[in-house]
Amino acid sequence: MTGFLRHARYVVTENPVTLVAFGLLLFLVVLAFIGPTIAPHDPLATDTARKLEPPTRAHWFGTDQLGRDILSRVVVATRLDLAIALGAVALSFAAGSLLGSCAGYFGGWTDRLVTRVMDTIMAFPLFVLAMGIVAALGNTLANIVYATAVINVPFYARMARAEVNVRRDAGFVHAARLAGNGPARVLAVHVFPNCLPPMMVQVSLNLGWAILNAAALSFIGLGVRPPTPEWGIMVAEGAAFMVSGEWWIALFPGLMLMLAVFCFNLLGDGLRDLIDPRRRT
Amino acid sequence: MRLVGRRLALAIPGLVGVVVVTFLLNRALPGDPAAFFAGPAATKQAIDEIRVKLGLDRSLPEQFLYYVRDLGRGNLGTSLTTGQSVVSDLVQRLPASLELTLAGLALAVGVALPVGVFAATRPGSWIDHVARVVTTTGVSLPVFFTGLLLVYVFYYLLGWAPAPLGRLDAFASAPRTITGFFTIDALLTGQPATAGAAVRQLVLPAVTLGIFAMAPIARMTRAAMLGVLSSDFIRTARAAGLASRTVLFTYAFRNAMLPVVTLLGMIFSFLLGANVLVEKVFAWPGIGSYALEALIASDYAPVQGFVLVMATIYVLLNLAIDVLYGVIDPRVRIEA
Amino acid sequence: MRTAARCLIAFMMLAWGATASAQGRNETLLVVTESGPNSMDIHGVGANRPAYQASWNIYDRLITYGTKASPDGSRMYDYASLKPELAESWTVAPDGMSVTFKLRRDAKFHDGTPVTAKDVKWSFDRAVTVGGFPTFQMKAGSLEKPAQFEAVDDHTFRVKLLRKDKLTLPDIGVPVPAIYNSTLAKKHATASDPWAMEWLKNNAAAGGAYKLESWKPGQETVYVRFDDWKSGPLPKLKKVIVREVPSAGNRRALLERGDADISFDLPPKDFSEMAKAGKVAVVSHPVENAFAYVGMNVKNPPFNSPKVRQAVAHAIPFEKIFSSAVFERGVALNGNPIAALTHGHELVKTPFKYDIAKARALMAEAGHAKGFETTLSFDQGFATTNEPMAVLVQESLAQIGIKTTINKIPGSNWRNMLLKKEMPIFLNAFGGWLNYPEYFFFWNYHGQNAVFNTSSYQSPEMDKLIDAARFESDPRKYSELVRSFARLAVADLPRVAVYQPLLDVAMQKNVRGYQYWFHRQLDYRQLSKE
Repeated sequence: MTGFLRHARYVVTENPVTLVAFGLLLFLVVLAFIGPTIAPHDPLATDTARKLEPPTRAHWFGTDQLGRDILSRVVVATRLDLAIALGAVALSFAAGSLLGSCAGYFGGWTDRLVTRVMDTIMAFPLFVLAMGIVAALGNTLANIVYATAVINVPFYARMARAEVNVRRDAGFVHAARLAGNGPARVLAVHVFPNCLPPMMVQVSLNLGWAILNAAALSFIGLGVRPPTPEWGIMVAEGAAFMVSGEWWIALFPGLMLMLAVFCFNLLGDGLRDLIDPRRRT
Repeated sequence: MRLVGRRLALAIPGLVGVVVVTFLLNRALPGDPAAFFAGPAATKQAIDEIRVKLGLDRSLPEQFLYYVRDLGRGNLGTSLTTGQSVVSDLVQRLPASLELTLAGLALAVGVALPVGVFAATRPGSWIDHVARVVTTTGVSLPVFFTGLLLVYVFYYLLGWAPAPLGRLDAFASAPRTITGFFTIDALLTGQPATAGAAVRQLVLPAVTLGIFAMAPIARMTRAAMLGVLSSDFIRTARAAGLASRTVLFTYAFRNAMLPVVTLLGMIFSFLLGANVLVEKVFAWPGIGSYALEALIASDYAPVQGFVLVMATIYVLLNLAIDVLYGVIDPRVRIEA
Repeated sequence: MRTAARCLIAFMMLAWGATASAQGRNETLLVVTESGPNSMDIHGVGANRPAYQASWNIYDRLITYGTKASPDGSRMYDYASLKPELAESWTVAPDGMSVTFKLRRDAKFHDGTPVTAKDVKWSFDRAVTVGGFPTFQMKAGSLEKPAQFEAVDDHTFRVKLLRKDKLTLPDIGVPVPAIYNSTLAKKHATASDPWAMEWLKNNAAAGGAYKLESWKPGQETVYVRFDDWKSGPLPKLKKVIVREVPSAGNRRALLERGDADISFDLPPKDFSEMAKAGKVAVVSHPVENAFAYVGMNVKNPPFNSPKVRQAVAHAIPFEKIFSSAVFERGVALNGNPIAALTHGHELVKTPFKYDIAKARALMAEAGHAKGFETTLSFDQGFATTNEPMAVLVQESLAQIGIKTTINKIPGSNWRNMLLKKEMPIFLNAFGGWLNYPEYFFFWNYHGQNAVFNTSSYQSPEMDKLIDAARFESDPRKYSELVRSFARLAVADLPRVAVYQPLLDVAMQKNVRGYQYWFHRQLDYRQLSKE
């Protein structure tokens, strides 16, 4: 373990960008927890007398069409956006790794079936599939999470399958089997934990992608319901105001969105370096 | 060749799955196309008449059978939104999407490959970090946001780019269709001015897509190059005193291309899907914006047609990558 | 790699070197629009609104409307004056039960075939036979079956009336009874498609002022002038290009940078700003016979209680909606439905003012002092104004205890939801072509319960007043009837009228001749560029 820590320190000092990503992550998580308490205004309260004001001391990020404080909305939205991303990724991770590791461990028809199903999903234009799911089931928060989860499952399933497949016949697995463990136990306790590191990289990258996906759904009108603040919707709404010069409505939520995705992407990179030292020289 | 055939046969169950899922998903869409297209003042009776006309009064399995039968005849149905047959709509629009996607991908590759190689030769340097931050920023921006921002800055504020009016500005006429790519067709028919106009329209949307595609390509190139550069045969080559340029480009680059090509295939099909939003922003008459409009109108046939075409492209692309593998690295042979 | 780079550079050079030819720009109009036609045939199944514009410009009708100055000085059609188009003249029989039209003798279709009464009969027969929207619209003028239409000779066409209806002649001037080239159309008719619906969807058999030059659905439609057009003065524009640009922001940018000539369908805020900035001309006209409203389902609790509906009416933040959702591109109605409908009828004083205390009291009287939860729905297709409006209504209703969840319903499902009549409270708008209040009320408040009676409102008294007004010829009595049903609408309050929208159009300053039409489409024949 100390070896790992030392390696972690090495990676972080060697790669300051990863350090920045960790800092960003900390910032986002804190914001998600305390956001509603530190927001200077009620994110839902309208004030039509002060609509479309550029950034001022009272409203650092300006106000939107209905006079709502953009800073407060951006801050409060953090929790929801992270929750959507986490929820979707957790679901697809769980489903994908279960399916994938079963396929990889048992092989045979389980493997063929899972592979076929995953190939089918992959053959879809993924964003259009997500759109279709949300449009068909209705644009509720849960459905946005499900849709995002479904389109991510194949990535985890394929990865888990490959990783489990490699380890299926490893010595320590045979040992576990000979010790009388059932296949479920061997898979869950002995094989799968060893596959976790590479999958964590995927999780991190996917978090960013999930946020982007939710934002894109919002852009075409399939996002969370108004007046709930959410970055994607705010960017989509603000986009209409860009030509008329009210750049702040789209810019600030857009920056937050970018920052969050950026953070998860860099984190994914950093984790990869941490987990797979061979990739580095 | 036999192997290619076998691969294609294997892809068929996947395509069947796509057909079934799209069909069901479409039917689950909340809208009632009959009510939507019966016009603003429709009575219940008028809507029922239209339902019969559209064949929506039949049971679901029956509708599916009719759909499959038509599919077998190469008939993808008629779009209610454009009033045209889906096949002719797709044939007309697919080149637009392909042209845009290929241009975006070419831009991304043009920038990301050198960046990746460069970063790999100096890992850990500030250039490496900058490259990483910049490319990652690109992939962190929602494409529609990038697109709108580019339009705002380069068209509205600076006036450098032409109006986001689709493939050609309104006063130029499209070249005769040969490949369907306006730039190429215009050059083939000897209309450099039209080709220029087409390229100018192409720049902003292609850059929008390119920005998004840069990061994964750069990242993969860097990783692959690093892997190859630390391998034994490169060390041997270096030790043998070969010039570092030769080592880098002749030996390392060629070997690092393998994973990059795989990734390019994936990115291409991903971009073709991500096009949906870019096409909407730039009024690009491709299949993405077509599918989007249709989905919003609960217009089944175009959505089904779009998904089917995309799935087919995906399957063919994967096949092409496998074949390409064999070309780049003769040791790899297609396995069924 | 190096070849790729060289290609890229070559392309770049091409890109910056080339310039589009600007010849003919003054005789070509570039229209940008959110979406384009899905058919060239207004009788076709599901023909959308842009298809009306196409049909209006490539086809002729028998008669059309005159023009007059609107109060602000811009031009508008005159619903009170009918003018010849393909018909040179018409006479109403002494018994008032038929109208005879004399056709212009020199009129030709685009292919050179002369226009005859046979074509007119075929076209009218088609409109009342094919079902759906055209048949429905013909019915509004008591034009119901082919037996009513008679081709007396080559240039005389007679319509027999089923009943005296003041809407019959006006209805012959709307876009639906367009005159088709029956000889050409019949060539493309089949046994299963006797009206050549399939062929006419993509082709024109027309004789109007513009010919369809090319049509790429979803992209652009190009029209060229028909130089042999005889039904009016030859239009000035030789070519009209309609480009579809889905993003409103891009359409605005195109106009402001001078790359497009004219556009409808921008968010109200953009029109408001463009009008102020003055770079382009913005012409506005209140949409006749139309208003946007908050509707409530009067059949089901809790909005079946009149007190609750009144409470809602007092809790609607009219001014905030008007300033921040509509950006003042409309006429504020504050609950008064009739202001949007009439021309000359005395206004009904509206009893509603934004008054939360009064609204709370009304809620208590209704036995809902604690309030309730419900769903506020709107059509996502009109989210630009509906969404801010919904948020404002939601916030305000929360103050009187009505907790609402906002439900955006996709456009494809909206009509379906209206037909079901189950939404408790919702935002909607209605506008009618024929500018008569009883026409509006017939669709919106009558017990026949059309789709547009979105509240399921039923009142025998209301029905009687509307029916009486429809066939009343004494202007004084008519006016009293109109006022009576308007008062009843305010008293029973199935819906709260919020504002009458403006039809805005933004255009380059060198574009001349724009006029407001009840169908709210562009008439290319009237436009010119300087």
